Amino acid sequence: MEAQYIYIGLAAAFGLFMAWGIGANDVANAMATSVGSKALTIKQAILVAAIFEFAGAVLAGGEVTSTIRKGIVDADLLSDTPELLVYGMLAALLAAGTWLLIASRNGWPVSTTHSIVGAIVGFAAVGIGVDAVQWGKVGTIVLSWVVSPVTSGFIAYLIYRSVQKLILSQEDPLSKAKRYVPVYIFLAAFTITLVTILKGLKHVGLTISLRDSYILAIVIASGIAMVGAFFIRRIEPDKKADKDQHFYTVERVFGVLMVVTACGMAFAHGSNDVANAIGPLAAVVSIASTGTIAAKSSLPIWVLALGGGGIVVGLATFGRHVIATVGKKITQLTPSRGFAAELAAATTIVIASGTGMPISTTHTLVGAVLGVGLARGIEAIDMRVVARILVSWVVTIPAGAFLAIMFFFVFRAVLP
Amino acid sequence: MANMLANIFGTSPVRPLEKHMDIVYRCAKKLRPFVNAVIRRDLKRMAEVRGQIEALENQADDMKKNIRLHMPKSLFMPVPREDLLELLLVQDKIANRTKDVSGVIIGRKMKIPKQIAPQFLEFVDRNIDAAKQARKSVRELDELFTAGFKGAEVSLVADLIEELDRIETHTDEQQTILRTAVFEIEKTLDPIDAMFLYEVIELTGEIADMAERVGRRLELLLS
Repeated sequence: MEAQYIYIGLAAAFGLFMAWGIGANDVANAMATSVGSKALTIKQAILVAAIFEFAGAVLAGGEVTSTIRKGIVDADLLSDTPELLVYGMLAALLAAGTWLLIASRNGWPVSTTHSIVGAIVGFAAVGIGVDAVQWGKVGTIVLSWVVSPVTSGFIAYLIYRSVQKLILSQEDPLSKAKRYVPVYIFLAAFTITLVTILKGLKHVGLTISLRDSYILAIVIASGIAMVGAFFIRRIEPDKKADKDQHFYTVERVFGVLMVVTACGMAFAHGSNDVANAIGPLAAVVSIASTGTIAAKSSLPIWVLALGGGGIVVGLATFGRHVIATVGKKITQLTPSRGFAAELAAATTIVIASGTGMPISTTHTLVGAVLGVGLARGIEAIDMRVVARILVSWVVTIPAGAFLAIMFFFVFRAVLP
Repeated sequence: MANMLANIFGTSPVRPLEKHMDIVYRCAKKLRPFVNAVIRRDLKRMAEVRGQIEALENQADDMKKNIRLHMPKSLFMPVPREDLLELLLVQDKIANRTKDVSGVIIGRKMKIPKQIAPQFLEFVDRNIDAAKQARKSVRELDELFTAGFKGAEVSLVADLIEELDRIETHTDEQQTILRTAVFEIEKTLDPIDAMFLYEVIELTGEIADMAERVGRRLELLLS
């Protein structure tokens, strides 16, 4: 009996630590674009992130969580020795956390998602047996790591191209911006709401028919677009600033749009990344409380809330500082460019969350930024850093795996 | 933490290029008080302005080096890196020519004959105008990047460059007239002084030439 509490306690502690780390570091990427372009102040960004990260985690985080929890390891092989899965998941959490710590110390750009997936695959393949890994599913996940940045890059390219064509290269960009930006707001709100309704709500016990889902998404998105249009109409051209920078007022119109995409981005991030922290936790909780590996057991909502809460605490303690630092460095992302990147990334991530794919949100955002760059939208991108990201992408998986294997054997020897 | 998102942005060369052009223009603008002092034979003022010109030229030089340093080959930019570096180079030459003109005048303790003084001043002013127009065109760089080098912004810059060309053509005409004026009085001048007067006119005219080349470089970015 007592061992169960140790398991749950350890897993909750590790999971909380991981969620805290995600909140402190990764959320900054999701929010800094908005802060850097001055669409939001840091305080507003933290507020938006806290609300939407939490909402994303609870409303739409279930699918990815269940992939991390039971999609990678074949639980059927472990029905006689469920404690192995407990050790493994604990080891995976600790390994991913450790690896992230090492990486940040050395300044390597690594992904939380890649670390945790690498760690789970590692302990399962070596600690339990090569057959214990559902290689087909793992293959799909790895493929999604390639597909997601490419997709978001492609979408960002198309969005930014359309902005250039419809607004920025026109004679009167301001009136064009006022006309088209509400449409972009509608699109952003519609995509994110729709995916959430279709894929997320069943985890909180709501089921809505397909037709109603579309109608609901259209209604919500129209509402948000109308609110946006109201704020946009109130923007008066600043003649003095416009003389210095012709797009000054136009960018302020895009700033309204960016508030919407920032919410979307925080939501998307919460929906995908919370799983990295609580997927293993959920697995441990379900085994420890039932004593068996119940593949069908549902995800307790408190676990999702714990993840969401951890992210918010991380955000409030360290995230603030990171957002400020990153925001200062990415001034090239003006609202018109930043929104294109954010919307593309958020859309890609939310769809991935809906299909249960644990992808790297930061990589997806980097892909989106590159897409804007390809549309001649970014002044300078350092390709050396992009190459470094690719390298650490490849290194992270074996590193996470190796650490997880080590911890796995330690836990198996030490824990009851 | 190495932040992936923050680090993929290289240092944007756009604002620094605009700032560099600002300094260059401020340097060129000093030629007017300088030549004024020369005409008035105010040696103290001449030395003072010459000092300012040198300081600004140095500042532009430092900025130039710094910008080059931050434009490694690994940068992915909407326009060729070489074109931007070339633009920077011709911008810098405007400041160089300004320094050259003041240098020759100071070094040879030159005087500008009263007969041509008004024309010479006008000529200097027009060259400064060219530098100013070049600055105005370069200042559109960030808007060009935002608009993706397309549409209304491109025609706006094209118009600015056209005006720059007109100013440069005007300085050419002024230069011819000025040379003729010097030719007419050259018998009354010391031969070597006359030679250097031609030289100074030539060098001054190159300010507008360089400004025009700034326009040409910008035009290349538009195509």
